[in-house]
Amino acid sequence: MNLCVEGVMAGYGRKAVIHQVSLALGAGEVLCLLGPNGSGKTTLFKTVLGLIRPMAGHISVDGEDIGNWKRARLAKTMGYVPQAHTPPFPFRVRDVVLMARAVHTGVFASPGKQDLAIAEKSLERLGILPLANDLYTELSGGQRQLVLLARALAQQAQVLVLDEPTANLDFANQMLVLRHVRELSSDGFGVMMTTHFPDFAYLCASRVALMKRGRILAMAGPEETLTQALLEQAYETPLRVVEAGEGMRVVLPRLQ
Amino acid sequence: MQRPPHSAARVRLVFAALWAALIVLTVLSLIYGRYTLPWQAWWRVLLRPADSGMAGIVLLEVRLPRVLAALMIGGCLSVSGAAFQGLFRNPMASPDMLGAYAGAGFGASLGILLGYGIVGIQVLAFIGGLTAVLLAWSLATSISRFGGDPMLILILVGIVVREAGMSLVRLAEYVADPHGKLAAITYWLVGGLSAINRHDLAFAAVPMLLGLAPLLLLRWRLNVLSFGDEEAKALGVNPWMIRMVIIVAAAMISAAIVSIAGMIMWVGLVIPHMARMMVGANHKTLLPASFLVGSCFLLLVDDCARGLFTLEMPLGILTSLVGVPFFLFLMFRTRMGRA
Repeated sequence: MNLCVEGVMAGYGRKAVIHQVSLALGAGEVLCLLGPNGSGKTTLFKTVLGLIRPMAGHISVDGEDIGNWKRARLAKTMGYVPQAHTPPFPFRVRDVVLMARAVHTGVFASPGKQDLAIAEKSLERLGILPLANDLYTELSGGQRQLVLLARALAQQAQVLVLDEPTANLDFANQMLVLRHVRELSSDGFGVMMTTHFPDFAYLCASRVALMKRGRILAMAGPEETLTQALLEQAYETPLRVVEAGEGMRVVLPRLQ
Repeated sequence: MQRPPHSAARVRLVFAALWAALIVLTVLSLIYGRYTLPWQAWWRVLLRPADSGMAGIVLLEVRLPRVLAALMIGGCLSVSGAAFQGLFRNPMASPDMLGAYAGAGFGASLGILLGYGIVGIQVLAFIGGLTAVLLAWSLATSISRFGGDPMLILILVGIVVREAGMSLVRLAEYVADPHGKLAAITYWLVGGLSAINRHDLAFAAVPMLLGLAPLLLLRWRLNVLSFGDEEAKALGVNPWMIRMVIIVAAAMISAAIVSIAGMIMWVGLVIPHMARMMVGANHKTLLPASFLVGSCFLLLVDDCARGLFTLEMPLGILTSLVGVPFFLFLMFRTRMGRA
């Protein structure tokens, strides 16, 4: 599986938000999108998922342009993990994960035994099978994020697109989610995720795309992109990149 | 305090109880009435309906259509209410929110003003209800082409269309002859099943069943839609198609109901909440449960409308009088459960 974005321009109405964006994602890779608010991360996501049409450029999977693909085919290729949210009705966790089977089920049908088995396997893989009967609305933020990840797994797509999967989570839950992201990529999934923390990109990204004002400022491995010069240029705030030993690096923001 | 999870076994039990309640209530509603039928008369009606005399007329021409109408109207209204709440991701959504009631009410008022017969009034009411919803839908679609949350736009346009329809109803009432047609309009709109007969039922049953079928067939997909457009699309579901089918289906149901029974309020709003407490939020079980609860509810309220006072109470008013405190009770219960 190889996802390829070439020279894409996209936006809302007539206004383009991202320009000339090109990137590639292969199986087993974690591509981290980093950049300040309004730099076009979400727009890029929506374009890749087929929610908005690119004004220029192409997106292809294994060399085939996905511009004319039907929703169902897109959903079988790419799974979307939105930020954990609260739906208005108290669905059970099992029912939330089963929604992923919509694309594998007839219009008038509902999921069967096999779908249920797939949903439960996804929950088990993320270690949250015991939550299957709980109400999604009463879970903690971290658990909810894992449920949405399980849903994307049950979709059986090879590319996972994660929108700030660590937002609003406490420290331990952030690491829990990142650990699962790494595991999934080593199992062969291609993962594309956004985050606001450069440190998280160090922890789990195989490649980092640094975005600013709708363009990609730099794209390479975390060592090359997450440098003081590039990060300061992207975020326009002073910071320092510190070696923390054992090959780890952290970004220290400064007020002056 | 954790609310009880709705396990499969519990849901099956609830359905068995609801079916039993519906059967018992149907039979009781057929037995109950001013005119008491002796047991022998029942056998005669069942075995030889053609020459069962007065008992046959009371049972087959008066009570049976009324009971079937209450059952169908209560069930269909609740199913379309549950579908709308899922579709609009809004627990305050009700089947009349896109102007179906107001449009049908205006159609009926116009028919009465023009001096049409009963069939003419019913047809105009039905057309009025459908037109209002299609108008709201097409207006909202053309506005949301310029961006914005399509569901929010649809809700706002629905409010506008509903208000416009109600203004036209008030205009019809204003110009109507106060000693004749004004009373007829008021009587029609207030809602009730007292005058219902076989023909009315046959007239409304077709659109009601035609509307009910797609709602029940698409019910599992409503789960996906209630997570919002973007997620539905990313899950491979086309929200526009399903939304249009559901809105047209619900409009047919509401318009048909107003055309034979006037504006029966609150059932479509309250019953889905009650059903959700019994079987959970999954629309696969919620919609059938809503039908059964709604049927039972309207049968019961209609029996009260018939028998509480010497003068028959209008059903539409009674459903509101029962529905409002009941809704408040549900709100208290839910909040207290969380505290």
